[in-house]
Amino acid sequence: MSPRFDGPGIVVVGASLAGLRTCTALRRLGYDGRLTVIGDEPHPPYDRPPLSKEFLAGRADGADLSLPGAGLGITWQLGRRATGLDLTARTVEIDDGALFPFGGLVIATGSAARPWPAPAPPAGVHTLRGLDDARSLRAALRRDGRLLVIGAGFIGSEVTATARGAGVEVTLVEPEPQPLRRAVGAAAGEFLAALHRRAGVDLRTSTKVLSLDRVREHTGARLSDGTDVTATAAVVALGSAPSTDWLTGSGLDTTEGVLCDRHARALLRDGTPATDVVAAGDVARWPHPWADTPGITLGHWSHATEQAEIAARSLLFPETPADYRPVPSFWSDQYDVKLRSVGFPALADSVDVRENDPDTRRLDVAYYRHGRLIGALTGNRVARIAAYRSRLATDLEGEAGATAAAGR
Amino acid sequence: MRIHVDMDLCQSHGQCAFAAPEVFSFDGDDNLVHAETAGESLRDALERAAAACPVRAIRIDGPAHEAATGEPVA
Repeated sequence: MSPRFDGPGIVVVGASLAGLRTCTALRRLGYDGRLTVIGDEPHPPYDRPPLSKEFLAGRADGADLSLPGAGLGITWQLGRRATGLDLTARTVEIDDGALFPFGGLVIATGSAARPWPAPAPPAGVHTLRGLDDARSLRAALRRDGRLLVIGAGFIGSEVTATARGAGVEVTLVEPEPQPLRRAVGAAAGEFLAALHRRAGVDLRTSTKVLSLDRVREHTGARLSDGTDVTATAAVVALGSAPSTDWLTGSGLDTTEGVLCDRHARALLRDGTPATDVVAAGDVARWPHPWADTPGITLGHWSHATEQAEIAARSLLFPETPADYRPVPSFWSDQYDVKLRSVGFPALADSVDVRENDPDTRRLDVAYYRHGRLIGALTGNRVARIAAYRSRLATDLEGEAGATAAAGR
Repeated sequence: MRIHVDMDLCQSHGQCAFAAPEVFSFDGDDNLVHAETAGESLRDALERAAAACPVRAIRIDGPAHEAATGEPVA
């Protein structure tokens, strides 16, 4: 089943989880034509969540992170960065000037770490997004040293927990009053702050890093609380931004991510879907019935895998595309606490803290919007998160049914 | 179908219980509990659960149409 993409076949730009999972789905759905994957890193696809945890702790190696991709009949173009897209000529341009023609295109270039704002940080300041970043940071962690972590989001919090687990002193600086406040709110954020403090982290909330300097072999930071910190290593963890630079001028809407419809089809600036172009994973911005904006982006592992499936279907069966309306979920392991989340805690207007016990290290928070459950976060309560997820999925399916019945 | 889970790999991410709650659940200590066998009607849900497991700890026995072999690339 390949007549639709005879000739150049399907080209996937992005050799990480979303790209690979789209390939897996394409093959499972019967596509047996040419399949080319272009990736800017030299590495075959690998799993990123362990980079800030097991890998950084030295409990996993690069080989342990490999994602299964053998047997899929993929032509790999690794270490090659896409720099342009021509939707009329139907080619992807590579940094060495090469042009890859495509019949179908999958955009899965993910996201990149937000850099320290100008001026550029001094040498020795890390970000963490890829395997090479993690290797470099791992080599810089010293048991007798001090790590400065700038930003207490997911990456910053996990790196902090991992470094403390390895006996490294850590100063964690966060401009908000609590870690992960925007993602999970103040109550859960306070639980996370307590985890850091009990682990001996020098946590500075409501504090900004004003400047970074190189002090001999070390990094010096001036903080808004008037103090200075000198660290043997520093990590900038300010979140990530969709990697869309290469799509500038292509005609696609790439404002804060590749805007897609609910079938994962990439949209042109006039709002119509580009022919045989789909997107999946961190790079995609897409509509969810529970979001109050036209498009949202998610950097979650499960989102990359689930949207990849929808993207593959839309590419192969454009007459009968599937809807993408997931119950989002993420996890974060910090210290000995398994944080699990479903839905959209960030969209809540009220929360019900059902359990918050820093001693037993258990957390159970339900998030509501307009009086309806919209998300949940638990710590060391995996059984409960499954129940929340089931409730959210039932609500979402019910709404889809009601919308269909109303003929919309 | 027989359901195998490598408990040495399992980190209780919970994704399998989202995909196939009929088969996978967790006890009060966050340990995975699962049925050993399941009927053919649950095949789709089980394949989704196996694909959703971030550490690839789940294996489903029986005739299937797996595309990937599970071997790493290169």
